[in-house]
Amino acid sequence: MSKKLRVATTSLAGCFGCHMSFLDIDERLFPLLDLVEFDRSPLTDIKHCGPCDIGLIEGGICNAENVHVLREFRKNCKILIAIGSCAITGGLPAQRNHLDLGSCLTEVYLTEPGLAHGHIPNDPELPLPLDKVHPLHEVVKVDYFIPGCPPSGDAIWKFLTDLIAGKTPELGHGLIKYD
Amino acid sequence: MSEMTFTLDGENVPFEPGQTVMQAALAAGHYVPHLCYHPEFKPHGSCKLCTVKINGRTAASCTMPAEAGLQVESNIEELNALRRTLVQMLFAEGNHFCPSCEKSGNCNLQALGYDLEVHTAGFRHLYPDRPVDASHPDILLDFNRCVLCELCVRASSEVDGKNIFALSGRGINKHLIVNSKSGLLVDTDIALTDKAMQVCPVGAILRKRVGFSQPIGERRYDQRPISAQALDDAPRQADASGNCAACEGTP
Ligand code: SF4
Ligand code: SF4
Ligand code: FES
Repeated sequence: MSKKLRVATTSLAGCFGCHMSFLDIDERLFPLLDLVEFDRSPLTDIKHCGPCDIGLIEGGICNAENVHVLREFRKNCKILIAIGSCAITGGLPAQRNHLDLGSCLTEVYLTEPGLAHGHIPNDPELPLPLDKVHPLHEVVKVDYFIPGCPPSGDAIWKFLTDLIAGKTPELGHGLIKYD
Repeated sequence: MSEMTFTLDGENVPFEPGQTVMQAALAAGHYVPHLCYHPEFKPHGSCKLCTVKINGRTAASCTMPAEAGLQVESNIEELNALRRTLVQMLFAEGNHFCPSCEKSGNCNLQALGYDLEVHTAGFRHLYPDRPVDASHPDILLDFNRCVLCELCVRASSEVDGKNIFALSGRGINKHLIVNSKSGLLVDTDIALTDKAMQVCPVGAILRKRVGFSQPIGERRYDQRPISAQALDDAPRQADASGNCAACEGTP
C-alpha cells in the first residue's frame, strides 16, 4: 500500500472497554501499523481530529461535548464506524432513557442515602448532559457498526482487515455478538 | 401414492397433507428463519420472519399449507434483507440491552440477528417506558424485551390451561398483559413448571436467581448458530394430524 490509512479513535459515553478490546488484537497491532497511522486517539493523545480515512467511535451520546466530538469525527473521517453496544444502541447509559433526567440527578446526588450534603455538579467546565442518551446513528450518518460489549479483538481485527482490503466487512458466527 | 413435493430454493421437499411449508421444510432438514413459530404450537403468523416467496408472491411459511408443485424461495438476499429489517425493528421498538440481559446467548431474537448479520438496529430507538413486573417470588416479567409472539399466551391456555397471559391493544400500543385482577403475576397461579415458563424466545419471562449461571462460551447460541439448531427442535416425523412425538421444547 502506497500511503498509510489515517485512523482516529475516541470514546464518548463509553467505558474504554472497546479500546481495551482493540488493544486485544495484541501482536497484530504491528502488521496493522504497517497499514495505518493514528490521528486523534487515546493512543496518541492528539486532541483534535484532522482529515482521516477511518474514524472509530465507542460510546453513545450523553452530553453536549459528545455531540461536538462526534461531528468533528464525521466531518474529518471518510468512513465512520460505531464500535460497541453503547455507540450502536446507547448501551448501559441509555438505560436511563425512560427516566426523567432531573430526578436521576436528584436521586444520585441529593437523596441517595450516604450522599447527604451533596450537590448536583454545576461546574461550568462540565458538559451539559442531554435529556436522553443516543446511539451515534441518530446524530450523524454512520457507515459501519461493530457490535459487542465489547466486540472481541478478533472481531475488530476481522472487521478492520476486511475493510482495509476493500471487502464488505462480515463478522459471522462466533465473532458477531451483542453482549 | 407417490410422494408429494414442493421445491424450496430449488430442492425437492416432501410433505404430508396438513403440513405447512415451514413444518415440511424443517422436517426435511431445511431451515427457514422464524421467531413466533414453535413446533409444538399452532402457528401464530405474526412476526413474518418466516416470509418466503411462493410462486413469486410473499407469504408466511409457518401458516401456508404445503401444496404439491409450489416453488418456494427462502434463502435469497431479497428476503434476508426484509428479515434483517424486521429484526432491526424489533430491537428498536423494545429495550434490548443484551449485555445486561439474562437471556443473552440463549435468545432467539439475538441469535436471528447474529445469523442475519444484523450489526445495528438502524432505526431510531423508541426506548419505551415499560416497568417490569417483579411481584412474583420466582418469576420476573420484563416487558421491555417482549416481542409479542404469543407463545406464552398459547402455552398457558393450550397446555397449562391457565390463560395467564394475553396481548392487549393494537399496532404500536400492543402489549402483553397478565390476567389477574391486580394485573400482577404474583396474583396468578403460574408455576415454574408451566409450559409458559419454557417457551419465551427472548428474555421477557425469566426464572429468578438463575441468571448468568452459564458462562459465556457455553450458552446455547455460543455453540452453533440458530439456523443449525432450529432443526434440532423441529419434529422429524409428524402424523397426519400434525402431532409429533419427537417434539421437544426449547430449553
Ligand atoms: S431478549 Fe434477547 S435481544 Fe433482547 S436484550 Fe435479551 S438477549 Fe438481547
Ligand atoms: S413474553 Fe415472551 S413468549 Fe410471551 S409474547 Fe412476549 S416474547 Fe412471546
Ligand atoms: S414464524 Fe411465521 S410469522 Fe412468525
